[in-house]
Amino acid sequence: MRDDPFSIKGSNDGLLLSIDTSESWQTVTRALADKLDARKQAFAGAIFKVELWERTVAKSELRTLRAILERRGVTLSLVRSASESSLEAAKALDLPTELSKRRQARRRRAKSSPKTVLRKMALGNSEEAGSPGIMFRRTLRSGRTIHSDGHAIVFGDVNPGAEVSAVGDIVVWGSLRGVAHAGSAGDETAVVCALEMRPSQLKIAGLTLSQDSAKHQQRRPAIARIHDQKIIVKAGD
Amino acid sequence: MAGRVITITSGKGGVGKTTATANIGIALASQGKRVVVIDADIGLRNLDVIMGLENRIVYDLVDLVEGSCQLRQAMIKHKKFNSLFLIPAAQTRDKMAVSPDDMVALTDELRQDCDYILIDSPAGIERGFRNALEPADEVLIVTNPEVSAVRDADRIIGLIEAADKGPGKLLLNRLKIDMVNKGEMLSSDDVYDILGLEIVGIIPEDELVLSASNSGIPVSLNLDSKAGMAFNNVARRMLGEDLPFMKLDAKPGLLRRLAQFFGGN
Repeated sequence: MRDDPFSIKGSNDGLLLSIDTSESWQTVTRALADKLDARKQAFAGAIFKVELWERTVAKSELRTLRAILERRGVTLSLVRSASESSLEAAKALDLPTELSKRRQARRRRAKSSPKTVLRKMALGNSEEAGSPGIMFRRTLRSGRTIHSDGHAIVFGDVNPGAEVSAVGDIVVWGSLRGVAHAGSAGDETAVVCALEMRPSQLKIAGLTLSQDSAKHQQRRPAIARIHDQKIIVKAGD
Repeated sequence: MAGRVITITSGKGGVGKTTATANIGIALASQGKRVVVIDADIGLRNLDVIMGLENRIVYDLVDLVEGSCQLRQAMIKHKKFNSLFLIPAAQTRDKMAVSPDDMVALTDELRQDCDYILIDSPAGIERGFRNALEPADEVLIVTNPEVSAVRDADRIIGLIEAADKGPGKLLLNRLKIDMVNKGEMLSSDDVYDILGLEIVGIIPEDELVLSASNSGIPVSLNLDSKAGMAFNNVARRMLGEDLPFMKLDAKPGLLRRLAQFFGGN
């Protein structure tokens, strides 16, 4: 079955209908109508907020959406968008509006055209996008593991018998004595850094460095990365 | 009275949990505290032997949680201290005979009229350990200055933290100071470096510990023994005294070495 061109999620205050697609408005509204009809009981009496992201939606299109919802007992309580003209259209229909949340808007921006990016920069947005990860604020002890789909930061030691892996980079603000695997999905540019680099095993992407080579043990801050198809550990002074 | 429940555990077997429980229990009782020690190592009971109470067992922990005896009946009074009691483990059953909830209910009852309840945990990370950990207000982790014991202590500390009972305190047992000085054994600093927990006691290796345990008169009753002194110090630190660690340093200082050199002694 094809994925719906929208998603409906529960939030703190009601349901959020998110429309994030380049499909035609007609396709979207038809799929939505089918979905609501299929689960009449679940949605009757519900209150929806709709999130349109950067999509430009005309007043008539928005009116169609509202009609489809209302015919099925669903109230449209709010229109959220990053597009000025969509917000104008909503206001013209007397619907409350809200600007799309920045965090999500930023995520969208990566996909948006250079023109949009430039326009936002011109507006004086000095925030860098960065990339996500997880933070663990304790020593990671033997038998415990952390995995991150982004980067991983351990604020403490990684003890022998413990393991950290990350699709991105690994930063250990402490002594790395266990196993670390950066770039676990194959990213060879991933790095591992630690205040004390004494891993029992260090992996980056598909390469492994075992403890046996004592020259890789650094009692100082060090960084490990791939260079010429080999993992090299370099003390950072 | 609102007694404190202290669980004594280690992960690895044979590092001295039971010896530590008996000795700290006796040391606390000799300071005038009302103490109950519980042997949670069901099926492999030992604490009664070390405390010299083996022959007095009528009812045990399993009888107690199954309701076949009263609390008073399962509490065996120590021969020397009448404020020290032992609740022995059953020897014929296994760990599944008791649940963590049973242990919480039992210790809640004991808290009413005791100062300290010490639970001697079995080795391992399974049900027996869970039983011992669940009621704990505080956890004492016993380890030896060797890599494998420290590794297991680290694992146990991780589990204790995950159960929100952390961070726990450390008792470093069987330290051989001459080996440490020769660099053949981990020092207390090395252990602290890995485990990062407060150390409440360092017990030196002492042959008297074994003979005391065999005779059922724990070494903390023998103040001529270094280990006995060290256990008493642990108890006093638990009672809030700020005691420095005993001088274990057998390494001859420069002056003594010179004296030895010149005195030929």
